[in-house]
Amino acid sequence: MKCLKTALLGTVALVALAASASAQTRVLKYNADYDPIPLKAMEEIIADFEAANPDIDVQLTNFDHEGYKTAIRNFLTADAPDLANWYAGNRMAPFVNAGQFMDVSDVWEANGLKDSLGSALASMTIDGKQWGIPYTYYQWGIYYNRDAYKAAGVDAPGAGGMNWEQFLANCEKFKAAGIDCLTTGSKALWPVAGLFDYLSLRTNGYEWHMDLTAGKIAWTDESVRKVFAEFGKIAPFVTANHAAIDWQDAAALLVQGKAANYVMGNFAVGTFKEGGMTNDNLGFLVFPEITAGIPRAEEAPTDTIHIPAGAKNVDDAKKFLAFMASPEAQTKWNAAQGQLPVNKNASVNTDDPFLVAGFEMLSSAEGGIAQFFDRDAPAEMAKIGMEGFQQFMVQPDQLDAILERLEDARKRIYK
Amino acid sequence: MADVAVSLQERRPSWWRRNQRTLAPWLFLAPGLLMFLVYVVMPIIQSIWLSFYDWDGLGTATWIGTANYVELIDDRNFYISLKNNIIWLVLYMLAVPAGLFIAIFLNQTVFGIRVYKSMFFFPFVISQVVVGLMFSWFYAPNFGLYYQLYEWLTGTGFAPLADPDWVTYAIVAAGLWPQIAYCMILYLTGLNNVSPDQIEAARLDGAKGWRLLWHVILPQLRPATFIAIVVTVIGALRSFDLVSIMTDGGPFGSSRVLSFYMYEQALSEYGYRMGYGAAIAVILFLIMMVFISGFIWKMVGDERGS
Amino acid sequence: MFPRPIDRASPAVQIAYKIALPVALVIWLLPLLGVAITSVRPASDLAQGNYFGAPSTIAWRNYVDIFLNTPMASYIRNSFIVTIPTVIGAVALSCLAGFALAVYRFKANLLLFFMFVAGNFVPFQILMVPVRDLTVQTGLYNTYLGLILFHVAFQTGFCTLFMRNFIKALPFELIESARVEGVSEWNIFLRIVLPLMRPAIAALSVLVFTFIWNEYFWATVLTQGPAVQPVTAGLFSLNGQWIAQWHLVSAGSIVAAMPPVIMFFMMQKHFIAGLTLGASKG
Repeated sequence: MKCLKTALLGTVALVALAASASAQTRVLKYNADYDPIPLKAMEEIIADFEAANPDIDVQLTNFDHEGYKTAIRNFLTADAPDLANWYAGNRMAPFVNAGQFMDVSDVWEANGLKDSLGSALASMTIDGKQWGIPYTYYQWGIYYNRDAYKAAGVDAPGAGGMNWEQFLANCEKFKAAGIDCLTTGSKALWPVAGLFDYLSLRTNGYEWHMDLTAGKIAWTDESVRKVFAEFGKIAPFVTANHAAIDWQDAAALLVQGKAANYVMGNFAVGTFKEGGMTNDNLGFLVFPEITAGIPRAEEAPTDTIHIPAGAKNVDDAKKFLAFMASPEAQTKWNAAQGQLPVNKNASVNTDDPFLVAGFEMLSSAEGGIAQFFDRDAPAEMAKIGMEGFQQFMVQPDQLDAILERLEDARKRIYK
Repeated sequence: MADVAVSLQERRPSWWRRNQRTLAPWLFLAPGLLMFLVYVVMPIIQSIWLSFYDWDGLGTATWIGTANYVELIDDRNFYISLKNNIIWLVLYMLAVPAGLFIAIFLNQTVFGIRVYKSMFFFPFVISQVVVGLMFSWFYAPNFGLYYQLYEWLTGTGFAPLADPDWVTYAIVAAGLWPQIAYCMILYLTGLNNVSPDQIEAARLDGAKGWRLLWHVILPQLRPATFIAIVVTVIGALRSFDLVSIMTDGGPFGSSRVLSFYMYEQALSEYGYRMGYGAAIAVILFLIMMVFISGFIWKMVGDERGS
Repeated sequence: MFPRPIDRASPAVQIAYKIALPVALVIWLLPLLGVAITSVRPASDLAQGNYFGAPSTIAWRNYVDIFLNTPMASYIRNSFIVTIPTVIGAVALSCLAGFALAVYRFKANLLLFFMFVAGNFVPFQILMVPVRDLTVQTGLYNTYLGLILFHVAFQTGFCTLFMRNFIKALPFELIESARVEGVSEWNIFLRIVLPLMRPAIAALSVLVFTFIWNEYFWATVLTQGPAVQPVTAGLFSLNGQWIAQWHLVSAGSIVAAMPPVIMFFMMQKHFIAGLTLGASKG
């Protein structure tokens, strides 16, 4: 009897020991905002990381993409994880300036990232320090449905692309065929910013666009009106009711051939293909030239991972950043998601024609690379600006009032 | 000295007994009152105080006096929100007569009427989040039921949530759905308690239909009407969930209401202007206080009367 | 009875009424029916544009999917963890406070009563920033307790109004005679008044359960992420991931609405008694 008891106690002790051993794995909390496809890719990366570091347990909390933008401000101050997704450029400035992100220059230094991630160094640097790790970027441009072009009897864009007059002329033909020439879903506002950015970059060029988002140009200036004049030409051809449509619902319109073109980021390719499109009927077009002779600039936002200032497990968080900066991890994640790795030693998936096209387009963009309106402009200006773009598309006659409002906001926000 | 000590000694056991009735209410009240002071009364004062500051929620707050209120005067979005609040308030009141109408329609004793009453009340039990999602689907461009019905009737579809002029009306319609159910149940209970004798007497006098409703029934339904108006006014001014879920304030801010605009300014990605948000909240609070004071005025009268 | 009972009307009117009832109900519940049908529609129907026809098959799978592929179960659990303690806390505090305001005469009585009433009506936004700050500073942000404490405090306003009016309507002689017999105030509350409050407690519990279960604003202000967030906020967040997947949104909506609906049908009498307190005299 006593024997049994001792044996039992022994077992209990062993179990307890085993439990405490497993409790010694260190938890690494990671808050992210992935859509289903990239989420799967990131889960695989985390599995790789955990396999290489068996003593670290990465706990990923995934938010919905739009909700995350609000949530991050809450959790950074109130309940900080060890890692958090965010965006490069001006978009991270408020958190850096408020001391919410940790300086990770040492990770850059120790891993030679200033060389391998060199293309994104500028957009990750504030006050001479680096504040996070860029792991992916993606081009924007026009995605189109070849079947819709066929149905409307319009020639699909050739290798040389097309210019703005041709594009607008095609729109008339699509209209006659009952197909939306250009679709978008602006319920979450940002899709219209992509369209505006391209019109701005093509009308006045990169330097001007950067001055505009930096608050150096008055919104009531004649040069701004030039952009809106082009905007006004395309607005009538955009899908009706776009203000109540999510970008994914608009993607469905392109897939179904009810719309021909869509100004979008390359992350949408997964959604198009999930809807049934293939490399045969989905096409990619560099945004047409508007003002001849302006060096071509493109839009390619960079997504990043940061360590919040309130992180508890900083050492392992830095390990994870270094891992995510490596060419292997960036190759793998970007191949799964269909985006471009930032690390120059990572390889671009050459089986993916959209990636190849994007990579070529970006590496030959002599004008410059913009992040995105809501990353180049301060958050508050971005919100007011995007509301203005959306309103202009619905109520073009309100242009004067809109520009005046944006100008008032500019004077207040860039002090 | 000794005498006093003795008398104290004697009184001691009776002190609690003597003061029990004075102290007891405070002891009973203490936990609830404490919670209420900490989470409701204090925050109201703090918010009013905060509305005179510029604060991003992270750094230190700076006193800016009435600058937030001055800015509100020129803020177009503030007026859009205010206008939408008035639309909410006016149209939401339709829930009261509509609820009365359905209650009268259902106040019968046919077989299965209890089930019908429950089913008509159903929308009120559902969360506004679910109501908002349901109506988003209902109004959705291209495939929404409403859109399709409209297209079938007129030839072209109409997506009210994409239309800056109609969006608020469309959201109010979604909000009316549960609110009518609420008013209906109030009136059903009220109708249940209308004195049958008076109705019969009025009928003998030849009153029927509208005249009977207006002169005999409605006066007796006054308590139900009062509560229906109170909950409807408060519900209209509190409207937040549906705006947040159905449009997020859009298109381009056309469906904002004060409660949503405040949240947007104070806590959304683009905002974090706590002081400015607080100033909006104070305005909303003052508007609400006009109504609350009215209700309390009436309740005080009732208290005195009873 | 008003209106005149239908069985005294002509047979034609009676038949018309009996047809009008189900027709009106279907129109009234049209959005709900649409969502219910969509919730069992297979994804392939939506892709092919079959939004309103009969579903090609009944896809119970949608319900399985939302539990397997999303934190739905966790959201539902969180809702229970937040709702049940709130109900207990708010009802308990308001029994005490309502008793105090109903039974004792003291100077601040009416003032306090109306403070509870008024507090019950204030816009949430005037509380938002300070309550959020307080919750963050006490380390209760994104915890069940943080949300529960606020809900208990706020609901106490409404519940106290309710309890106070209920106790006022009880026969005061009971309390008087107990006092004459020397029963302590606490025992008067516990042994005489509390047992009589059972119907009020039942009614309030059902009401508060529904209010808190359906609450959305504070859930988004004081919590985030699937670990703690209740189902209302969770559903909205899932909606952001399920765009264009209306069959999942619909199934999720139905699941989220279920507990208060079941509660309502089980406790209908109490629910309506609570909601309509004061809607009729006597």
